[in-house]
Amino acid sequence: MYKYDEVDHRLVRERVEQFRDQTRRYLAGELSEDEFRPLRLMNGLYVQRHAPMLRVAIPYGHLSSTQLRKLSHIARTYDRGYGHLTTRQNIQFNWPALERVPDILAELAEVEMHAIQTSGNCVRNTTTDAFAGVAADEYLDGRAYCEIIRQWSTLHPEFAYLPRKFKIAVSGSADDRAATQVHDIGLHVVKNDAGEVGFKVIVGGGLGRTPLVGKTIREFLPTRHLLTYLDAVLRVYNRFGRRDNKYKARIKILVQAMTPEAFAAKVEDEWAHLKDGPATLRDEDVAHYASFFTDPAYEQLAANPEAFTVPLVSDAAFAKWVARNTRSHKQTGYRSVVLSLKKTGVPPGDITAEQMDAAADWADRFGFGELRVAHEQNLILPDVKESDLYEVWQLARQHGFATPNVGLLTDIICCPGGDFCSLANARSIPVAEAIQLKFDNLDYLFDLGDIDCNFSGCMNACGHHHIGNIGILGVDKNGEEWYQITLGGSQGNHTAIGKVIGPSFAQADVPLAFEKIMNLYVEQRLAGERFIETVRRIGLEPFKERVYAKSH
Amino acid sequence: MQNLIKNDAVTEDAWRLIRSEDESYDAAEDVILPLAAWLAVDPAARSGQAAPWLAPDADLSLLRPVLAQLPLIAIDFPAFTDGRGYSLARLLRERYGYQGELRAIGDVQRDQLAYLARVGFTVFAIRDDRPAEAALDGLRDFSDQYQATVLQPEPLFKRRTQR
Repeated sequence: MYKYDEVDHRLVRERVEQFRDQTRRYLAGELSEDEFRPLRLMNGLYVQRHAPMLRVAIPYGHLSSTQLRKLSHIARTYDRGYGHLTTRQNIQFNWPALERVPDILAELAEVEMHAIQTSGNCVRNTTTDAFAGVAADEYLDGRAYCEIIRQWSTLHPEFAYLPRKFKIAVSGSADDRAATQVHDIGLHVVKNDAGEVGFKVIVGGGLGRTPLVGKTIREFLPTRHLLTYLDAVLRVYNRFGRRDNKYKARIKILVQAMTPEAFAAKVEDEWAHLKDGPATLRDEDVAHYASFFTDPAYEQLAANPEAFTVPLVSDAAFAKWVARNTRSHKQTGYRSVVLSLKKTGVPPGDITAEQMDAAADWADRFGFGELRVAHEQNLILPDVKESDLYEVWQLARQHGFATPNVGLLTDIICCPGGDFCSLANARSIPVAEAIQLKFDNLDYLFDLGDIDCNFSGCMNACGHHHIGNIGILGVDKNGEEWYQITLGGSQGNHTAIGKVIGPSFAQADVPLAFEKIMNLYVEQRLAGERFIETVRRIGLEPFKERVYAKSH
Repeated sequence: MQNLIKNDAVTEDAWRLIRSEDESYDAAEDVILPLAAWLAVDPAARSGQAAPWLAPDADLSLLRPVLAQLPLIAIDFPAFTDGRGYSLARLLRERYGYQGELRAIGDVQRDQLAYLARVGFTVFAIRDDRPAEAALDGLRDFSDQYQATVLQPEPLFKRRTQR
């Protein structure tokens, strides 16, 4: 994991003091509401429905046990004893007092954390595959580059006041688990014919009001040119992106208006002046950052020890959990464990202070003191010995962390919705719960198999509903909450935007619509065919007919 | 009244900012003019100096041939959330080698100064209703930076590995 040096520490402390002074001036009336808003947003502070909301950065989803304990302390001391993991691998606190936020930030700085650029019209937290470094299918461990991008984007003097927010994702494996095609910039590691590793640069993807799959503007960017090329893209966007209309200000609109080819040419023109400049990465620079992401001291173990295989056979519930909530590891004898935060009745992604402390202890006891946050809003123990899995499962069960539903229909990606967010048109949490209740039969849920279900409470699409195999969007109809269902969306290498199946549903009717959709899938699927594959094969029409058929 | 920060101090100078092309001024005054008006100035007809101010969407190619002779360029920030001027400043400094004074005008306040200085601005015309003395502190918000920009052309990652 990256360790701050003296300069990193100093800059974060200086940002805390700058924000402390900004807050003081706001409270003293020296800064107006309008002037304070962009300043506080650039530090992750929203003013929400009930109270301010503070979003703390978890760079590319990496957390140490010490950091997680600090987050639990903050949840207890400054909030109501819990936090909410977000799709950008960050954590949000929903109830801090504005005056105490600078103190929270000072506490975070002690453990090398901050809230810098977790909101606002600037470069946000860079995200990546939650299994980076431990995944078996990786070309390149992208974490060194994620940290290089984090530092480049942090307090960037030229790009602090962009037309709109800006999100970058990095995927280091063949199988894209970082949703690179729906980011402002997606960097997908590729190998060229000479065997060199570089980035495919995808620009202008995004969800929100105008969901678009990104366009590749460069098939192969040698890794040493990463920062100069990013500077070129950001400069073109900063200068020419629309600033007259917030809904047309994302880079995707600029790319669309210019055409991807013309945009790419403009970036190349700009880059011609920056290429090979001072920000070009040398081998020793990359080696410096990569040195923080070396393998921990794995033991040389045989696969499938008895302590693992015996309960696997004797305990069906354990076997279900292993099948869904653990993942193969590059190191023989280890697996990664996904601690599910999708227990029915709990808002998806919510985690209590007690759960944070427990997970931090397990990271120390069973792993190497590290954890990950997945963009699916679950917590991950990346390195657990197979021989420890049975014990970890029992502990996780005691703490409400072991719902064996990872990747299944009830592992819903969900925004906080109208219960918390002032932008939302509709509540998401109770509807997600109703769906989870409808599909609480585990055998049935397992039989349905892999289904991404994504839920957003408004068209800002924080719950990424467009790329859910089945997506839900909360809409407002004359002051009432209604829900639109989309089908056919997906992330990864075959990213697609889902299509609306028809008129929206009242809250009470959403679970029934889901049931009809799933019934049709079960009837129509071919052997081994996943839900999304059936949707692609038979199209939306049969689903529409089933869902909207008059009952008789 | 001027509310100017220059050389790390609150100061005054002789330049007068002319916002609109209709505004009148004397031939002896040092004036900062809208780009179009400045391009039309006949230097022989006046004894004072003239410099242009640029809107955030200005076309820099118009200035390139005369950059070496220019004593001052101002860049306007219609709103402090409009970040285009930061890119213009870096282009003028890093790409076109402009050496003269670069002045930030418009909605310029304390919290922008650290970044403005790092992209090459040397003079800050603080918004009239804000105390320039207090804004001076904004220049000291950060003691270092990660990126390579005008004030620090070597990125931190290089300075780290050179140690």
